[in-house]
Amino acid sequence: MSLALSAGRPGHRAWTDTLHAEWTKARTIASTGWLLLAAVVLTVAVSAAAVAATAAAPGLDLARLSLTGVQAAQAVVALLAVLAVSSEYSTGMIRVTLTAMPRRHTVLAAKAALVGGLVLAAGTVAVLASVLAGRLILPGHGFTPAHGYQLLSLGDGPVLRAACGSVLYLALIALLALGIATAARDPAVATGAVLALLYLVPVVAAVVSNQHWQRHLEQISPMTAGLYVQATVGVRALPLTPWQGLGVLGLWAAGALILGGLVLRFRDA
Amino acid sequence: MSTITPYRSPVQDGRDGFGQLLHAEWTKFRTVRGWLIGMTVAVLVIAGLGVFLVYASVAGVSCGTSGPGGQTQNAQHGAACAAPPLLVGPGGEPVTDSFFFVRQPLAGNGSITVRVTSLTALRPAADGTPPPGVRLPPVALMPWAKAGIIIKQDLTPGSPYAAIMVTGSNGVRMQWNYTGDTPGLPGAVSAASPRWLRLTRDGDTITGYDSADGAHWTRVGAVQLAGLPSAVQAGPFAASPRSVSSSTGFASGSFSHGPTEAGAVFDHVSRSGAWPASTWTGGVVAPSNGNNPGAGEYHQVAGQFTVAGSGDIAPLVPGPGNGGVGHNTAGSYLLGTFVGLIAVIVVATMFMTAEYRRGLIRTTLAASPGRGRVLAAKAIVIGAAAFVTGLVAAAVTVISATAMAHANGYPLWPQPWSAELSPIAGTALLVALIAVLTLAVGTMVRRSAAATMIAIVVIVVPYFLAFTSAVPDGIGTWLLRITPAAGFTLQQSAPRYQQVQAFYRPMDGFFPLAPWAGFAVLCGWVALALAVAGYLLRHRDA
Repeated sequence: MSLALSAGRPGHRAWTDTLHAEWTKARTIASTGWLLLAAVVLTVAVSAAAVAATAAAPGLDLARLSLTGVQAAQAVVALLAVLAVSSEYSTGMIRVTLTAMPRRHTVLAAKAALVGGLVLAAGTVAVLASVLAGRLILPGHGFTPAHGYQLLSLGDGPVLRAACGSVLYLALIALLALGIATAARDPAVATGAVLALLYLVPVVAAVVSNQHWQRHLEQISPMTAGLYVQATVGVRALPLTPWQGLGVLGLWAAGALILGGLVLRFRDA
Repeated sequence: MSTITPYRSPVQDGRDGFGQLLHAEWTKFRTVRGWLIGMTVAVLVIAGLGVFLVYASVAGVSCGTSGPGGQTQNAQHGAACAAPPLLVGPGGEPVTDSFFFVRQPLAGNGSITVRVTSLTALRPAADGTPPPGVRLPPVALMPWAKAGIIIKQDLTPGSPYAAIMVTGSNGVRMQWNYTGDTPGLPGAVSAASPRWLRLTRDGDTITGYDSADGAHWTRVGAVQLAGLPSAVQAGPFAASPRSVSSSTGFASGSFSHGPTEAGAVFDHVSRSGAWPASTWTGGVVAPSNGNNPGAGEYHQVAGQFTVAGSGDIAPLVPGPGNGGVGHNTAGSYLLGTFVGLIAVIVVATMFMTAEYRRGLIRTTLAASPGRGRVLAAKAIVIGAAAFVTGLVAAAVTVISATAMAHANGYPLWPQPWSAELSPIAGTALLVALIAVLTLAVGTMVRRSAAATMIAIVVIVVPYFLAFTSAVPDGIGTWLLRITPAAGFTLQQSAPRYQQVQAFYRPMDGFFPLAPWAGFAVLCGWVALALAVAGYLLRHRDA
């Protein structure tokens, strides 16, 4: 039996089996669905609230405003990713997982693919709904073509970039959290570390009086730089281009995944 | 028949007092290495960020020397680099003191009475004259533009004074020594509705009166200016503070300041008492450091004075939004508290959730069946540990940041020592209360990740959103009023002046609630969370 199993395309088979196993785990835990739902609801609710609380003023970045909720949803997305790893350590499940699939980096890759895919799907729904909410609410607040504001539309290049970028932003935040959780293992420590990493730099950058330092801090901050992708006004004044900013977050996520992979590889589970 | 004596253990009964329970919880806390590391990390993060902020600021004022800021910074921060010490008033607080003063010496007791018939905004001379054919938009009168009469010790900026004045939109006020402010008659001044003002000096005491008709006078206030010399300067004055406006207030945070000028018309000027001179002298009072050069002029035509002035006689408000770059309050270096809090939150969560994860809770509750007492003991232990953590972190931060700033000749915001102690004590209280709140959340939720996330989202995230203007200002203000993040106001060290229009944002060191009110809100949340946690702990199986 075992010979027959390992005969046909073992590498491909192992990968799909691992992915399937991770999907089964994620699907059968109630928290996955609730957290994805919470991420969507939070994105749309916070975005709509921010839009509704804003009065028309010149020079506002409407795309960014209508996607404010992404900043709230990222905490939920991070929690989802942390739980995908940490709960295995809490319950001892990780030993079963690694016995069934001894190639540890494959396990991590499967988790990353699954969590990333789930967040991409939920993020797409959330961002589309937020843009729609902005499109419906904004004209009622004086953001009309008569005042120099175009109706928010995905046919507009920068707005489309902001929307797609926000979905990718959420997925990258999930991967960053996944990597950190794999390295830290403890769910509380992992959650604290992810949120501290996200929130620390923007606050420090806001009060550093030295603008040279401020610019550098913003360039390396995963959250500030990553959110540049939402900018549609004053793009030239940003320290990085929108896609470069998202790239900074991508580097953070890749670094966290590599760190997590190394810890997973070299430490006893 | 002999009775059998039941076996009794020779070991003495263990005491099961609350002290034992506290001791047990304290033993649990101090024997987990990771938790002690977590508290240490909190101290290091708070102190490290404080020192980093000083370092980054000092680098910005590295005049001539090759700091990390490099040459490009010198142009931008030349002002902060050359910043002289701030002008301080009689109470030791930083003040601004520039206005246009039409004066005579008053050598002894006496009084001065004037009638003000108008106060209007003028376009400041600094704007230059518009090109021909271009009409400038009308300028708005600043709410705290002021014109009236003042008795001032001498012409040195920052010297003691008392004044009664009409203001742009705050009615008649009597103000003294920069921080004092008492309202008089409400309403705007106009030719149809003039205001009569009178100041009377008797020794050290100066009394202000106002009247709508010059016949019926109301006493507005009397102030003691200790050590006032016999000869002082007195007369009409005018001033108009710099305008502050933020471009959008949301997701941009850019703001602008501009000089403004106001003009007032005085008549029915009368004096009684010891006035040795007979003519009036007009001139600008302004500090020599050039920050507020001051502007103005006056004309006197047949008993009618037209006085125009720029500047303000008021306390300064700290913060980057108020042009206070380069002068930070010592409390502002406690910015890292919110990150240190994340470490404390992680430890406080695990102090409860680890019991559930390891099954230790069953041992704990078997040993001490009074579940409410267990929760109380845990709350006291984690609260005390967090209090010490916060106290050490804040004390180390403020002391090292102050020392480092002094060593580099970097000017700090002058404050009485009590104002520097209050954010230290406030930080300790804040950290302790938040640890207890997190413990209660951990008791309700039982799961580490969820409990940590909930605690961070309700405590740290509202502060973050309001601080970085990631949400519109109105929402940010409410977040800092009703969420547990209201407790951050315990770190506020500078007083808020209602008679000064300025940015009072978290970034500038101000919170929407007074420290005691924020403390009360946070205490309310802690009490509510402990009550729910106690109920759930008692009514759920462990």
